[in-house]
Amino acid sequence: MDAFTTLTGIAVPLSEANIDTNQICPTRFNKVPRGPRFAQVLLHDRRFNADGSEKPDFILNQEPYRKAVIAVAGRNFGVGSSRETAVFGIITFGIRAVIAPNFGDIFFSNSLKNGMLPVRLPAETVDLLMQQLLNERGAQMTVDLSSQTVTGPDGKTYHFDVEPLSKKRLLKGLDEIEHTLEYGDAIKRFEQGHAKAQPWLVS
Amino acid sequence: MNAASKTLFDKVWDNHVVAVEEDETLLYVDRCLIHEGSRHTFDTLHERGLTVAHPDKVFAFSDHYIPTDPQARARGVSSVPDPEIRNMIELLTSNTAEYGIAKYGWGDEQQGILHVAGPELGLSQPGIVLVGADSHTSTHGAFGNISFGIGSSETTHVVATQTIWQRRPGTLRITIDGALGFGVTAKDIILAIIAKIGIGGAIGYSIEYSGSAIKRMSMNERMTICNMSIEAGGKAGLVAPDDTTYQFLNGRPFAPKGKAWDEALAYWRTLPSDPGAKFSKEVTIDAGRVVPMVTWGTNPEQSLPITDRVPDPAQEPDVEKRTEFNKALAYMDLKPGMPLTDIAVDRVFIGSCTNSRIDDIRAAAAVAKLGHAVVPAWVVPGSESVKRQAEAEGLDRVFTEAGFEWRGAGCSLCTALNGDQLKPGERCGSTSNRNFQGRQGPGGRTHLMSPAMAAAAALRGHLVDVRELARN
Repeated sequence: MDAFTTLTGIAVPLSEANIDTNQICPTRFNKVPRGPRFAQVLLHDRRFNADGSEKPDFILNQEPYRKAVIAVAGRNFGVGSSRETAVFGIITFGIRAVIAPNFGDIFFSNSLKNGMLPVRLPAETVDLLMQQLLNERGAQMTVDLSSQTVTGPDGKTYHFDVEPLSKKRLLKGLDEIEHTLEYGDAIKRFEQGHAKAQPWLVS
Repeated sequence: MNAASKTLFDKVWDNHVVAVEEDETLLYVDRCLIHEGSRHTFDTLHERGLTVAHPDKVFAFSDHYIPTDPQARARGVSSVPDPEIRNMIELLTSNTAEYGIAKYGWGDEQQGILHVAGPELGLSQPGIVLVGADSHTSTHGAFGNISFGIGSSETTHVVATQTIWQRRPGTLRITIDGALGFGVTAKDIILAIIAKIGIGGAIGYSIEYSGSAIKRMSMNERMTICNMSIEAGGKAGLVAPDDTTYQFLNGRPFAPKGKAWDEALAYWRTLPSDPGAKFSKEVTIDAGRVVPMVTWGTNPEQSLPITDRVPDPAQEPDVEKRTEFNKALAYMDLKPGMPLTDIAVDRVFIGSCTNSRIDDIRAAAAVAKLGHAVVPAWVVPGSESVKRQAEAEGLDRVFTEAGFEWRGAGCSLCTALNGDQLKPGERCGSTSNRNFQGRQGPGGRTHLMSPAMAAAAALRGHLVDVRELARN
């Protein structure tokens, strides 16, 4: 997994609530092997017409947002399906942090496993940042993980919470499976006790 | 409160803790369910040369990509026309064979949707931790366990280590008391709950459903409720195990037998939440006040009683909600204030992991019997076992005589992966779980409802209060 330390760049305002994983990655793209094609998958049916041409009104099809690295969105971002392809789409497009009041739980976990930082900020703060981005096209923002701060277009910083273990993994780009395998003995011990307590689960 | 009082969730969680680091817990996983869509997990296993820790704790189902057209089914995998879809079905076969994982695939008597066939096999048991590579894994919590959906990276982690890192969610108890009215089903109850708490209402919580209405429900009804926990954002959805649970499980292939059954039963009986156990949040619903529900918008909280009208955004005081309503009505092509029963449908879909079990099929058949479908209407049983049972009861003939199509088991038109999908602009009365934009195919429009309501819509060609049909 790629490490996430600090990120500065163009932030795109996705000014709506309830952008579910079906919109982020329409189901039919789940069968696509991971690769560059996922840059087109992101919000595909919102961005493209049936004939494949771009919908010019959609913000990600406009300059300078094609180069966005941060997205600011409304509440319930990423609710719905467990498809990790939703995260593949966002990352492959070039976005490495999404800021929203809250996230679908599975999407949130999937993001962390892929080095994409989901940042939860209070709804009022998100509204404020959204207004600034809408007022100033192409405005830049910074997301800094070690200090747990977001810097808005106006230069003000906002603190965000992040779970300590997730932070450690992201900052160093640690591999979760390797980390867990260090608990190999604890897992073995647990399995022995568990098999004794609930032998009917051992097939 | 007694300090030792624990909720069902607490008991199961505490019983699966392998280690704790910072704010995260390494939880042991008893069972992991996968499907054809799990290709990304196997891709990673291959790339990294990882092994599967316990192949006997992983179970694979062919459901998302398998065709449901009976003729296509008879022709076999090689006849699937789309090479990418065929590839997904074949990959499940080769990948599970490579790692020695049990597979309930094409042609298998137990094939079906993982959340229908899994419980039928007796895999979903009280007290376990079960994960699935699908968000509707919350279904299995109906058996009194912790079950939740995970993405492909977490699935890789689970099959490689038999564990998963989790932050402990809060607990939300939803108490549903009272008797369900005539024509009201478990689907209407869960839609009413989501309408009340919202699609983000349970984010960060594990739900326990309790109350007299839940107590009286069959396992199939409880599964319908738990299935849609994720549509309220819930981590999991649980129901305390009781005699209904044990009767369902007894004799199933993976259920304990003989002495092991007695031991298991003694343990399972200790699991229900202790009296006085504290939940982080409480919600109550009066089941007697719920009437048949339909969704009008583009997410599952946008639902109303069938007796109501399409909402008028101009009447909505909250600006953000007003914008959402306007967008939803534009996508759904509906007029504010029109009676919901004036909404004409082009198609009807009865199926999905929410509503494709035998009770659902029976409920739909009871309505189908009252007339003849005036729009294309599909009935897609959730498993081959449900299909056999329904056929033994003659329900397939009830449907075909009423002009409905009786198909093979799978996810089908719920998620539009196997080629079953709506055309742009088509409107479908559906018993599935998501009315998101494009969920049933690009540009498709979905109205969620119960199986009886969907069958009624097929007979009339528009949304209709099933209670009127059934009374006549």
